[in-house]
Amino acid sequence: MCTVCGCGTSSVEGQSHHHDHDHHHDHHHGHDHHHDHHHHSHGDIHFGQGAAGVAVPGMSQERLIEIETGILAKNDRYAAANRGVLGYLETFAINLVSSPGSGKTTLLCKTIDALGAQPLAVIEGDQQTANDADRIRTTGARAIQVNTGKGCHLDAHMVGHAMEHLDLAKGSMLFIENVGNLVCPAGFDLGEDCKVAILSVTEGEDKPLKYPDMFTASRLAILNKVDLAPYCDVDLDLYEENLRRVNPKIEILRVSARTGEGMQAWLGWLKSNLAQKSKTVAAE
Amino acid sequence: MHEMSLCEGIRSVIEDQARHHEIQQVKRVRVEVGRFAGVEKPALEFAFDVVMRGSVAEGATLEMIELPGKAMCYDCVKEVEILDRLDPCPDCGGGKLMPVGGDELRIKDLEVV
Repeated sequence: MCTVCGCGTSSVEGQSHHHDHDHHHDHHHGHDHHHDHHHHSHGDIHFGQGAAGVAVPGMSQERLIEIETGILAKNDRYAAANRGVLGYLETFAINLVSSPGSGKTTLLCKTIDALGAQPLAVIEGDQQTANDADRIRTTGARAIQVNTGKGCHLDAHMVGHAMEHLDLAKGSMLFIENVGNLVCPAGFDLGEDCKVAILSVTEGEDKPLKYPDMFTASRLAILNKVDLAPYCDVDLDLYEENLRRVNPKIEILRVSARTGEGMQAWLGWLKSNLAQKSKTVAAE
Repeated sequence: MHEMSLCEGIRSVIEDQARHHEIQQVKRVRVEVGRFAGVEKPALEFAFDVVMRGSVAEGATLEMIELPGKAMCYDCVKEVEILDRLDPCPDCGGGKLMPVGGDELRIKDLEVV
């Protein structure tokens, strides 16, 4: 396996050849990297074909080997490499996480329209189809689809590959739309600056309590589809209370991507975080 | 969560170690699992058996060492140990707790031949 994921095959759009290794991995470590994914004719990269071989020379004495290695260490190394590239490019990257159907793609399309000339790019994660990347591309923005196959989350290795095809300009915003899933993406660092959780009002006030890890891992929660609140018998204050119960530090914005309510606050949040990133990078 | 993926991670670490240390067979794998690591132990055990097949760790015993969940209470500003993610602060009863430990997922050591 090339990734820690092991969830099965995944593919990245935009490749049109089978190659040996024309992309560059910024590894800070000495492990050998098995490139057993293939770039297919439709431009997809498929992950997870073949397994690493193991040479086992003779040795017969029982012993204990101390390892003290994180199980996700490999993913974390890819994430660190991504973070290095993003820092160099002064690019503010957010990992958008939510249930399926919370309105991530619609919010993104509206956000891209509203951001106008701001350089940006989108990585779209889904199990199947390039529907979301197609939707993003209708806005004129650069987007690449990553299909995770059977996988339930994006990992840092997939995102690293996708980033290579985006030609990010300095000072960009990078939106990584993760697979719709409130569980697994919480555990996988992609190298992003922060996670933003999107929770739509139709999902129920207790979602943060049912899936605390995701909301704990997020810097900002967007309470989306607030225009529907009057029709859903929901208590928006209770949503916020439950979000703060699992993450006392979380920032919350009430938004409706459809009506535009709250969009200015969200755009302001993005711009100030991008400015902060440039400042932080410059100071280092 | 995604125990199968985690076991792929364990296998990959073991295979790296096998190359470096000339390991013939792994008898036992000890992993540290934090209470908030999002890991279902029986699922990890099941996935471990399946994923290790064909590797030097095929048939190895998986031993899980549980590490406590730690959280900062935003009411009494103390670090406390809690069992469940939604437990109130054991000291002041407050409900605003931010996890600060217990998300560990680490291979501690390998007993090898």
